[in-house]
Amino acid sequence: MTTVTAVTESAGDADNPYALSHLDALESEAVHIFREVAGEFERPVILFSGGKDSILMLHLALKAFAPAAVPFSLLHVDTGHNFPEVLDYRDRTVERHGLRLHVASVQDFIDRGELRERPDGTRNPLQTVPLLDAIDKGRFDAVFGGGRRDEEKARAKERVFSLRDEFGGWDPRRQRPELWQLYNGKHSPGEHVRVFPLSNWTELDVWQYIAREKIELPAIYYAHEREVFGRGGMWLAPGEWGGPKDGESLQTRRVRYRTVGDMSCTGAVDSDADTIGAVIAEIAASRLTERGATRADDKLSEAAMEDRKREGYF
Amino acid sequence: MSTTTNPGAIDAVDAGAASLLRFATAGSVDDGKSTLVGRLLHDSKSVLADQLEAVERASLGRGQDTPDLALLTDGLRAEREQGITIDVAYRYFATPRRRFILADTPGHVQYTRNMVTGASTAELAVVLVDARNGVVEQTRRHAAVAALLRVPHVVLAVNKMDLVDYAEPVFAAIAEEFTTYAASLGVPEITAIPISALAGDNVVAPSAHMDWYGGPTVLEHLETVSVVADPSDDPGRFPVQYVIRPQTAEHPDYRGYAGQIASGVLRVGDAVTVLPSGRTSTIEAIDALGRSVDAAWAPQSVTVRLADDLDISRGDLIAPTATAPAVSQDIEATICHVADRPLKVGDRVLLKHATRTVKAIVKDIPSRLTLDDLSPHPEPGELVANDIGRILVRTAEPLPLDAYADSRRTGSFLLIDPADGTTLTAGMAGHAFTQAAAGAVRADDGADGAGDEGWDF
Repeated sequence: MTTVTAVTESAGDADNPYALSHLDALESEAVHIFREVAGEFERPVILFSGGKDSILMLHLALKAFAPAAVPFSLLHVDTGHNFPEVLDYRDRTVERHGLRLHVASVQDFIDRGELRERPDGTRNPLQTVPLLDAIDKGRFDAVFGGGRRDEEKARAKERVFSLRDEFGGWDPRRQRPELWQLYNGKHSPGEHVRVFPLSNWTELDVWQYIAREKIELPAIYYAHEREVFGRGGMWLAPGEWGGPKDGESLQTRRVRYRTVGDMSCTGAVDSDADTIGAVIAEIAASRLTERGATRADDKLSEAAMEDRKREGYF
Repeated sequence: MSTTTNPGAIDAVDAGAASLLRFATAGSVDDGKSTLVGRLLHDSKSVLADQLEAVERASLGRGQDTPDLALLTDGLRAEREQGITIDVAYRYFATPRRRFILADTPGHVQYTRNMVTGASTAELAVVLVDARNGVVEQTRRHAAVAALLRVPHVVLAVNKMDLVDYAEPVFAAIAEEFTTYAASLGVPEITAIPISALAGDNVVAPSAHMDWYGGPTVLEHLETVSVVADPSDDPGRFPVQYVIRPQTAEHPDYRGYAGQIASGVLRVGDAVTVLPSGRTSTIEAIDALGRSVDAAWAPQSVTVRLADDLDISRGDLIAPTATAPAVSQDIEATICHVADRPLKVGDRVLLKHATRTVKAIVKDIPSRLTLDDLSPHPEPGELVANDIGRILVRTAEPLPLDAYADSRRTGSFLLIDPADGTTLTAGMAGHAFTQAAAGAVRADDGADGAGDEGWDF
C-alpha cells in the first residue's frame, strides 16, 4: 500500500463530535436549496401531490423558514385518477399549514378536447401539458419537484437547478455544470428552473427521515386490505380509469404502496408492513427498485423517462 | 411481486448514524471506469434485480454473453448508442457503515469541466489508470484537477492488473510515479490500490491473485477514510441566504438570518462582524432547524439571531470578529472555463460568491495552464471551454473572499453571463497549487495565499 500519510482506520468518523449523520447532511443540503430559491426567485411553487416525496419536500420547506410561513404556494397536477386517501391528505395538509394550492387538472384538458385519452388508460404522460400551462399562467419561475437522482437512469443526469426552455424542455447537453454549492438560477424571461431539493436522497433515506421526524403519511403507504387485480406483473387498484378488464379478476390482498401516483400506473406490493419500521426493513431487503417494482410508466421503453423529460415532464 | 430477502442488505432501521461520503471518479474512456463503478454498485449489493435484468437484456441484445456492468451507469440513449458518457451522472449506494454519493465524471480530454464539476463537491477522488499504460498525460491531468480543486483524498486505482499477470513491480512503479507527481501538486493524501474491475479484484472483495498487496480494497478505503476535518480549526463563515421575519402576533419582533455555515463553528456569545458593512454584534441565539443550540458548525443549515438590530440582508457574510476576512474588489484566481463561448479581457460578467452576486469586469488573463505538465502560457488573450487559467477580476462591490486553499466554500465563485445567465467559469481565489508546486506554476505573483493576512493586493 502506497500512502503519503498513513490512513487511520477509523470507522468513518464515527467518533468525531463534528460528524453529521447522513440524514442531517441531506437535510442541511435540502434546506440550503429551499432558502437559495427563496432568495433568488420571484414566484417559486412546490409541486405537491400528497405522495411521500412531496410531503417530505413540504416538511423540509416548513423547517427552512420556521417560525415564518413557507414563502411558496403549492401546485398539484391532478390526473383525475388519484387515490382518494391521498387527495384527502393533500387537502388536510394545505389547510393545516395555511398554504395556497393551485390544481392543474388533466380531466379539464380532456373535457376541452385539448388532450386525448391514451388507449392504455394511463394518464401520467398526459401531465406535461397541464403542468406547463399552469407554470405559464402562474408565471412561476422556480418549480420544486420531489425527483431523486437514484430513481431512474435519466434522472441520474439531472441537476439540482435544472434549466427549462420556454417549452419546458430538458436538454441534457445544455444543463449548467453544478459547481460547489453555488446554484445558478439566472434565466431568461419565459424560461424557468426546476429545482430538486431531494436530488441526493435515496428511497431508504426518505423513509428513514420520515421515521425520524415522525411525519404522517397517507395510510396507503402501509399494509392494508385492498381489492386489486393483476396486470403487467403489478397489483393495480380498480377504478373508473380502466380496470379490471375482461379476464382480469379482482382479489383481496394485503398490500402497500411504495410510490403513489396515477392509479392506472401505480402498483401495490404484497406486504404485511403496517409500521414505518417494518416498511424500512422491507425496503432494505427488497430486490427491486421502487419504480421498477411499481411504475408501469417507466417501462414503456428503455428511454421512457428521458423522452418525457425532454418534453417538459419532471 | 413479493420481496425476497437480500442477505447483503444493510440493517436499515438502525442506519440513522451512517455518515455520508461524496466522491468522484476520473479515468480515460478505456480505463474501465464504468466497469469499476458498475462493480462497486453490483458487489456492494446496490444493484437491484430489475436494474440487473435490464442490463442483462441490453447485454444480450448487443451479443454479449455476460452482463456488461458498464451498462449500469450509462444513462441516456445517446450514450448507450455510442458507448460514451456525456455528462456527470450521480450514483448512490450504501454499506452498513456509510452512504455514498458518487459523481461519475467522463474522463475524455474535452470534459475537463465535468471533472472540475464532480471534484468541486468531492471529499475524495478515484483516479483510474490502465496497468498496461501506466501514468499517461490524461492521468496527470486528472491529478492536477484533483489538486486544483483541493480534493482532500485521492485514490489511484491501477486497473486491469489481470492483464499484467497481477505483477507487483508493474503496480509499484505506477504508484510511485503517480504519488510523486500528485504530492508535488500538494495532494495531501494518496492511496494506491491494484485492482481488476472486470474480475472484481480489490474493488469490494480482496483479491486472491495479489497476496503481495496488504492494503484495503477500494470499498474498504471508501468506508473508512476520515473525511471530517475539525471545523473548530477553521474561521467561522456564515453567508446570509435569507432573512426570516414572521411579523406575526406570536413572533412580532423575530428577525433571524438563515443560511448554511460555510466553514468553522459559530457559538452563542461570539462577537461577530457583518461584511461588507463592518458592523458588529453578538450572536444571541442559534436555531438548528427547530432546536435551540449553543453551537453549530459547517455544513449545518441554521438560523442565527443577533443581539443588535442591524441592517443585514441576503448576500451579507457574518463572521467572528477575531477571524473576519478582509474585503476586496480585486480578485486574483485560478479558473476553469466551462462555457462554449470564450472568456476575454474586458468581459463584463456577474460574479456569484457564496450568497452574493455582483457585477464584475475581467481585467486581465495573465496565463493559461497546460494541465498535462502545468506549463504556463503567458497572455493567452482568451480562455476557451475546458481551459484552466489565471485571471484578475474587478468587482463593483467589495467581497469577503477567502483563499480557496483555506475554504472551498468561501474561496470559490462563478462567473455568469449577464445576458442569458449561462455559467461561464468556475473560479478559485488565490494560488492554484501549493507553494511546492508554485515553482512549476509561475502564474502566481504576489498574493499571499496563506490566508492569515487576508487579501493584500
